[in-house]
Amino acid sequence: MDGWDFLLIVIRVVVIFVMLMITTLLLVWFERKVVADMQDRIGPSRAGPWGILQTLADGMKLFFKEQITPRKVEFGLYIAAPILATVPAFLIFMAVPFGRPFTLTLGGEPREILLQGADLNIGLLFILSMSSIAVYAVVLAGWSSGSKYPLLGGVRATAQAISYEAALGLSVIPVVMYTGSVQLSEIVEFQRANLQFLGNVIPFIPNWNLFLLAPSFVIFFIAAVAETNRAPFDLVEAEQELVGGFHTEYSGLRFALFFLAEYINMFTMSAIAVTLFMGGWSGPTWDGVLPALVSGVLPTFWFFAKVVVLLFVYVWLRATLPRLRYDQLMEFGWKRLIPGALAWLMIIGVVLAWRQFGNPWS
Amino acid sequence: MGPVEAFLAGMRVTFGHFVRAFFGGKGEVTIRYPDEMRVKPQRFHGRHVLNRYPDGMEKCIGCELCAGACPAHCIYVRGKDNPADDPVSPGERYGFVYEINLLRCIFCALCVEACPTEAITMTQLFEMSTTNREDGIYTRTELLVNPDGTPNHMFTEDPYADLGELVKADGWMRAAAPGGRAAYEGETAWTPSAGIGARPPELGQSEPVVDEDGDD
Repeated sequence: MDGWDFLLIVIRVVVIFVMLMITTLLLVWFERKVVADMQDRIGPSRAGPWGILQTLADGMKLFFKEQITPRKVEFGLYIAAPILATVPAFLIFMAVPFGRPFTLTLGGEPREILLQGADLNIGLLFILSMSSIAVYAVVLAGWSSGSKYPLLGGVRATAQAISYEAALGLSVIPVVMYTGSVQLSEIVEFQRANLQFLGNVIPFIPNWNLFLLAPSFVIFFIAAVAETNRAPFDLVEAEQELVGGFHTEYSGLRFALFFLAEYINMFTMSAIAVTLFMGGWSGPTWDGVLPALVSGVLPTFWFFAKVVVLLFVYVWLRATLPRLRYDQLMEFGWKRLIPGALAWLMIIGVVLAWRQFGNPWS
Repeated sequence: MGPVEAFLAGMRVTFGHFVRAFFGGKGEVTIRYPDEMRVKPQRFHGRHVLNRYPDGMEKCIGCELCAGACPAHCIYVRGKDNPADDPVSPGERYGFVYEINLLRCIFCALCVEACPTEAITMTQLFEMSTTNREDGIYTRTELLVNPDGTPNHMFTEDPYADLGELVKADGWMRAAAPGGRAAYEGETAWTPSAGIGARPPELGQSEPVVDEDGDD
């Protein structure tokens, strides 16, 4: 570990930070534009070409707005909540690989540069723990505001998070069992090969977990939508019932942080789904045919292309589905998703044991 | 239909609309408002104007029937005898104070219906936002049309003021005006106005509307 290594880490962190900010700017615009198209509207069209700078304008407005602090707030927690929402959102993405590692000679020796914040060997656990911490932000924001609507939003958030976190965790276990690793780079590496049992019949089908573990993917995606408090699971911030839910009493930059965290979470959840089920950054790179630089950038391109597909589904769901009623939410979580995830886990366990140990009667 | 089928049916609808909008279809039902204007109906209830006869005389005779008819009590009129040497209106009296509080007005056009001389009519002007309450009270200065028949607009220097609409004073108030009853269909039964002259008769609801003079 010398100065170069340290510098590389700093650069990686800064790059990921900036990337997430820009992604959020574009994502909000993307969502508004796609929803507008789906609802026969025009959507943002004034700031910049196709209104692409609209989010920037909104962000600037929030930045300069007064931050109103209600009298009854618990000030310490009230201030901590938006920070607590934003920091895990940034941290989760640090563990996600978004491109193929490459080697550069710096300071006299070749160094492998990961396109990933940190290649944690407990990557998946880290992600699950961080996404749990983000829930505290909502709960604390609701409680510390000293107002009834945020409190209701916070209480709903607690129940929703507990219900759907279980399903989220259970849906990930088959992936871990199948690939044999919780390290995200290894999970991606595992999916780069061709699909084994169909590969002989139809070539070029990648070994994505999506094909063999499709039920897991569906459960994971539904739980991810619920975890990020997006429609149709946005009971936490149901505008029509709870004003703004947990962020009712927040304004200006503090509100902007919640907003930022929500969209970063949406992006990172899609990125995790891509990493776990859709092969992460794997994809055809045509090494040797294309220039080295293009082949090096292509995996990152594939990664983002897959993420955009999932983000489209997020937005699509939002434009289509009405919000679930509270009892429907609970029933769906506990009576459908969790038993479904458990049953699927059992099936995968039996199949994997069969593959490893052979027939139980032989 | 089961829940899954219902879900898929809903998703198909939104995706269809997205595809139609994304690949060049003009499916939007909204417009880029300050840049584009909707074509408003002939009898649109915009803000009021006080009309003049073609010779420049005011139509208002200060009778206060509009104020009496107003359900929102937003009209204030004071009549005054015409000066003998320089009459303002053809009658005996004229409305020398005329105020409408457009913040209270409900745009029902009962004043138009009540007016015996068709002095007050409604235009298609609808951009009336102000930055203080006093500006919401329109007086004679704003309400009375110019001698050429164009209404005064409070914000002509505003880049978004629709100056094209200023030409269209003396709106098609005819349904509400005394001469606009169904019995008069196809018959000109109203007085001419400055700048416009006598409006051609409306075809009424029994026949399709034809844009005869091409300005509506």
